Amino acid sequence: MKNKADVVIIGGGINGCSLAYNLAKKGDDVVVVEKKYLSSGATGACGAGIRQQWSTRENAELAIKSVKIFEKLSKKLGEDIEFRQGGYLIVVHDKKEMNQSEKNVEIQRSLGLKVDILKPEEINDIVSILDVKAMDVVGATFCPTDGHANPFKTTFAYAQAARRNGAEICTHTKVTSIKKDKNNIRAVVTDKGDIKTDTVVNAAGVDSADIASMVGVNLPITPFRKEILATERFKPTFEAMVISFKDGIYFSQQNEGQIVGGIPIPEERSGYLTRPTFSFMQHMSKTLTRYAPVLKHINMLRHWTGFYDVTPDARPILGEVEGFKGFIQCNGFSGHGFMLSPMVTQLLTDYIVDDKNPDILQNLNLSRFKDKKMIYEKSVVG
Amino acid sequence: MSKKAIVCRCEDISEEDVIKAIDKGYTDIDELRKKLRIGMGPCQGRVCIQLLTKILEKKTGEKIPLPKTRSPIIPVPLGTLASDKNEK
Repeated sequence: MKNKADVVIIGGGINGCSLAYNLAKKGDDVVVVEKKYLSSGATGACGAGIRQQWSTRENAELAIKSVKIFEKLSKKLGEDIEFRQGGYLIVVHDKKEMNQSEKNVEIQRSLGLKVDILKPEEINDIVSILDVKAMDVVGATFCPTDGHANPFKTTFAYAQAARRNGAEICTHTKVTSIKKDKNNIRAVVTDKGDIKTDTVVNAAGVDSADIASMVGVNLPITPFRKEILATERFKPTFEAMVISFKDGIYFSQQNEGQIVGGIPIPEERSGYLTRPTFSFMQHMSKTLTRYAPVLKHINMLRHWTGFYDVTPDARPILGEVEGFKGFIQCNGFSGHGFMLSPMVTQLLTDYIVDDKNPDILQNLNLSRFKDKKMIYEKSVVG
Repeated sequence: MSKKAIVCRCEDISEEDVIKAIDKGYTDIDELRKKLRIGMGPCQGRVCIQLLTKILEKKTGEKIPLPKTRSPIIPVPLGTLASDKNEK
């Protein structure tokens, strides 16, 4: 392991690896430190979806620009990340929710996104197996350029490309402390040695709050456990991700043919418990077969747990901590880290290398939580 | 005819595929599952994970613990899971 670097990134998930790639490409000397293996945290447990339909301008902009990068990413990284654009169908259950959807669509369209508002009878044109009556909807929104990619393959591809550009990625390496001198970073201490640096990026997902506390910074991040299931494979039947904010469900058919999806369970609580529950399996199966009755014949194969690193406004914490030079946050994604990562890491690279600090980074800085009035991201699912 | 030994029948992964991935630096059971999809098919690893563990132990010289099993142990139709019939 190197004993000094321009930038040390803590966390080898999608954001850590894509940031390593972007920085290494700019010629920075980068080390990634990951306590387990690459994508072992939230990235490896996620639902693989890429959505641009958000209620806040910042998230919509990050997602729209990320999709532009995803579209060319397989070619750029030299490996197939299985990106495909089957769209996201967001079903809307009542008038009040439709009013909010219309507001969201207005923001999205102002950023140049093509989004359609559908009538109930148009829903089966997008996903034929849905029982529109049983879903109890007044309509839906659909964005055809939303989609999916394979989170493991994307992370591994970014990591390989980062290595080719000179980045060092140390897995199974644990950060034990961070050395500072007043409000400057000096070194990252790991169980395999020290790395001298003046810039640390905290991309440690649910562990980000623990990392920040090593230098006395308090991050308002709560780990929320989320369960998700996968079925057996069957022939390609629908391409869109189906989600409902009211029921909390999301599901889609993946590249290989299996359905992957999740839903919150009533007894859900914050914390680190990883054991999947029977209650989830039942609740998910009930809702899923109500939405798409034909799926009752499909076998469920497995289910697992992942964590959302949730912030008070469900938006990520990005950029340098005020008054703490070189301590940069890339966390608090609240369940949306994979889909936002290409643009987020591009912005952070421009900040670290070229000192660019656009409004979007400033709006998502940790300092926003000092304000009494917060802007909440409302379009959260799972 | 190829001499390939199949390790994972559900996902059609050979011993050679596994060794190649380990040589590339994928050295965790879960990491190999994510890289190769080994153990993600209908058998959920009951056939392949023990073989995978043996190959990995041979390559790395380390004792590899078997991953935890999670429910359902066998594939179950979503319709059965969604049914309330056996509840009181």
